[in-house]
Amino acid sequence: MNQSDFLEVVLPFKDKVFRLAKRLLVSKEEAEDATQELLFKLWRNKERLTEYRSAEAFAMTMTKNYCYDRLKSKQASNLTLVHSNYQEKDTSLDKKVEYKDTVNLVHQLIEKLPQQQKLIIQLRDIEEYEFDEICKLMDMKPNAVRVALSRARKTIRQKLIKQHKYGVG
Amino acid sequence: MELAKIEKLVVKYENAETTLEEEAILSAYFLSGNVATHLEEYQRMFQYFQESKDETYGKSMVFKTQKRKKYGWLSMVASIVLLFGVYIGFSKQDPIISTSEMGVVEKFQFEQTKEALILLSRYLNKGNQAFDQLYAYETLLVGLVK
Repeated sequence: MNQSDFLEVVLPFKDKVFRLAKRLLVSKEEAEDATQELLFKLWRNKERLTEYRSAEAFAMTMTKNYCYDRLKSKQASNLTLVHSNYQEKDTSLDKKVEYKDTVNLVHQLIEKLPQQQKLIIQLRDIEEYEFDEICKLMDMKPNAVRVALSRARKTIRQKLIKQHKYGVG
Repeated sequence: MELAKIEKLVVKYENAETTLEEEAILSAYFLSGNVATHLEEYQRMFQYFQESKDETYGKSMVFKTQKRKKYGWLSMVASIVLLFGVYIGFSKQDPIISTSEMGVVEKFQFEQTKEALILLSRYLNKGNQAFDQLYAYETLLVGLVK
């Protein structure tokens, strides 16, 4: 397998890997580093990549585990993640306010969810994976996945309603 | 899409019972902009999901091929060659013998060399003495000038 073959395998899901990493690690820079690291890991194991039924599922599982490890070591070294670096630097104030209303708020609400729910929301509502794929990826029973997803969706909606009514998040 | 059907789907969606196709229907409805007010929150959610889907990994992906391995192999060969060179160089040198093992001629040569070296060192020491005088003179001179 040479470089172009490898890229052909990796290209369809590299953005998904990045988005998953960003969802878990929060900051863009961290997510980029993680993606790079993961792509290198895949590149090193490229001969084995074709053995897996789905390279994408393999990569996503690897991403999940890698990010969990990163978060663990981060907690151990007492560094906390803040979502303040989510905002784009170059948008004007008006745009920022508008943006905050629609996008940033949902983003923050998802951020506050438990890690597992966060991940399932990402996999289902953004990456549009089937339930059985999510089960394998998360190593969970279908029922547990549904419960977690339902809880996450309900929480987000409830908080949005609350925010809308009282102006507090 | 009639509202009643959407509302049904929304309930299913909240219970995480919708299929991907049904979620696509919901997404299309909420992104159309024409949304019933009591479902506004979903509009926001789906807008966010849609925007998140477009996020891409912008960094370039360049991977090194296995060139590095070839060089590693070369450096190993080089180090072995160097080791051999050093080994051969040492083994060609004459072995060092002690005075008791020397023949008459060798002993004579050894003594002569020794004498010559002693002579040399004596003259060198003489030169050094002259230097000492020079230094003493210099410090004296500096003291006077100051």
